[in-house]
Amino acid sequence: MMMNWFSTSLRRVCLTLILTGVYVVIANVVFPEGSIFHVSSYTVNLLGKYLCYALLALSLDLVWGYCGIMSLGHGAFFALGGYAMGMYLMRQIGDRGVYGNPILPDFMVFLDWSSLPWFWSGTDSFIWTLFLVMAVPGVLAFIFGVMAFRSKVSGVYLSIMTQAMTYALMLAFFRNEMGFGGNNGLTDFKDILGFSLQSNNTRLVLFMLTVITLLVAYYVCDKIVTCKAGKVVLGIRDSERRVSFVGYNTVSFKVFLFTFSAILAGIAGALYVPQVGIINPGEFSPINSIEIVIWVAIGGRGTLYGAIVGALVVSFAKSKLTGLMPEAWLFALGGLFVLVTLFMPKGIVGLINNPEARQALINKLSLRLARKKGA
Amino acid sequence: MNYPKPDTTHGVILYMEDVSVSFDGFKALNNLNLYINDGELRCLIGANGAGKTTLMDVITGMTRPDAGTVNFGQNIDLLKLNQEQIARYGIGRKFQKPTVFEALTVYENLYLSLHMDKRLWATLLHKLSGEQRDDIDQVLETIGLVSMRNRYAGELSHGQKQWLEIGMLLAAKPRLLLVDEPAAGLTVQEVERTAELLTSLAGEHSVVVVEHDMSFVRSIAKTVTVLHQGSVLAEGSMDYVQSHPEVKRVYLGEEGV
Ligand SMILES: Nc1ncnc2c1ncn2[C@@H]1O[C@H](COP(=O)(O)OP(=O)(O)OP(=O)(O)O)[C@@H](O)[C@H]1O
Ligand SMILES: [Mg+2]
Repeated sequence: MMMNWFSTSLRRVCLTLILTGVYVVIANVVFPEGSIFHVSSYTVNLLGKYLCYALLALSLDLVWGYCGIMSLGHGAFFALGGYAMGMYLMRQIGDRGVYGNPILPDFMVFLDWSSLPWFWSGTDSFIWTLFLVMAVPGVLAFIFGVMAFRSKVSGVYLSIMTQAMTYALMLAFFRNEMGFGGNNGLTDFKDILGFSLQSNNTRLVLFMLTVITLLVAYYVCDKIVTCKAGKVVLGIRDSERRVSFVGYNTVSFKVFLFTFSAILAGIAGALYVPQVGIINPGEFSPINSIEIVIWVAIGGRGTLYGAIVGALVVSFAKSKLTGLMPEAWLFALGGLFVLVTLFMPKGIVGLINNPEARQALINKLSLRLARKKGA
Repeated sequence: MNYPKPDTTHGVILYMEDVSVSFDGFKALNNLNLYINDGELRCLIGANGAGKTTLMDVITGMTRPDAGTVNFGQNIDLLKLNQEQIARYGIGRKFQKPTVFEALTVYENLYLSLHMDKRLWATLLHKLSGEQRDDIDQVLETIGLVSMRNRYAGELSHGQKQWLEIGMLLAAKPRLLLVDEPAAGLTVQEVERTAELLTSLAGEHSVVVVEHDMSFVRSIAKTVTVLHQGSVLAEGSMDYVQSHPEVKRVYLGEEGV
């Protein structure tokens, strides 16, 4: 019975995550600096950041891989969650800002504002912040979903609409009058819940929280896609009309999934911001959302762990490559996307799991090579 | 979750009266009148473009007629309901092209189709009961796919997909089944199986079958309705219809039956 309760892939992912988490913490705390086993605070931070990306990829895979909704706007939900957390972190600065104003963040003092805009009220409360982190992306996705899915927008049109949404938000957040720090965004954070963001222990705790959140999110996503509603969603992906003839209101399933996914993306953003120390309108840029799609495609869409693998692999590759040749990254990313779509439609995990797919790839490649030689 | 049942005290389960549908001025259905008796198996025939699929579209809420009334039993006005509601009230439809969920197993296909609360929360929290398992097993038995229960629907042959789709309709326990071209593209043996299957369903369900294959129609139908240019041209037994001069002229004559 226990065996059934945890599906195999779920068990594997949970184990891997827990082991990695525990290992990193031990390696950071127990082994002294200079030991080859030591994991530096910098690395802990970097891993935490990548795991936020993994959570974001997971959220996109849920709607794209399982329901065929190719959102090119998930970066917006991530950024909104991040901004909600950023507001709280700004308030934590208190009077330690450059202008020393106990209430107003520096950029507001700079703009000559005399009081907090209404939407900043309550942001000094951590509980309220947690609510905002989920509610803002959730409500936006709900409204967007109801409007788009009710009017039967799907496919490329939906992707374009989501892309337009994130672009519009980026333009809005660039404006100083919006009250989110304009161009510079929110930064110079000092504490979270009174603990210094610079300290090794805070970073370690944030890392652990990210691991735990990813675990819980993975578990919940797995439950959703394996329960009956998950089957309905798969049905919608393949033939929405058929699903409604069976008697399901497909709009409500799509709206639910899209909203839940946006909330996950928001949580990822909220975990990300304290670990990187900044949130600015660049997070809304369309290319960010496209990158998420590429993570999922490369990892293998339609498998939850594929999304995680994709986010981690591509992020590591990015950090290596941007170190070597910063300009080349976008080209590399585009090239990778094309290669994956052509040669491994099920992504990395499809290749690993399926010997036939492996063989097919080898055949395809050798065919190309042979042709080239012939030519 | 308790939808009103169609009132069939007059023995009729579907009333279509003076129904017209036009697409850009072209009348796909033209003052059509059709009555289906409770528990009967009715065949609809007619040349390509006669309006058979459009008729099913009207019953299932996919196309709204410009004029006319469509009632399920005496009491339920189908024109006021949307597709999902019509499905939940007990009208199931099999499309011309088989559309099973290929990414799901045969069992899961039937599981989704079961007669039950199909709203979001109920579906999220649903657990299969013993009774529902029995229902699914029963349907698997009826459609002859017991040994395929754990195969993906995408792996089935064309005929098996057709049966699975009929099975999905059965799992929903409908009163009225609309079946569009169930024999198209099947082998001779498969056609025979399909004929048996559909005949066995009549009685407990009312079944409307659209089909071009005349020998198939002859083997299953008691009553045949001939559609021509969007209205009913003739109705009666196969022999009556085949000897009907108008029908001979416009339809059967062309096919040389
Ligand atoms: N959505 C639509 N827009 C325009 N014309 C349509 C539409 N749907 C059907 N028609 C036209 O209405 C007529 C009736 O079509 P219908 O599909 O009902 O015929 P049918 O009897 O099912 O034919 P077949 O035997 O080929 O399946 C056809 O001439 C078709 O071209
Ligand atoms: Mg047709």
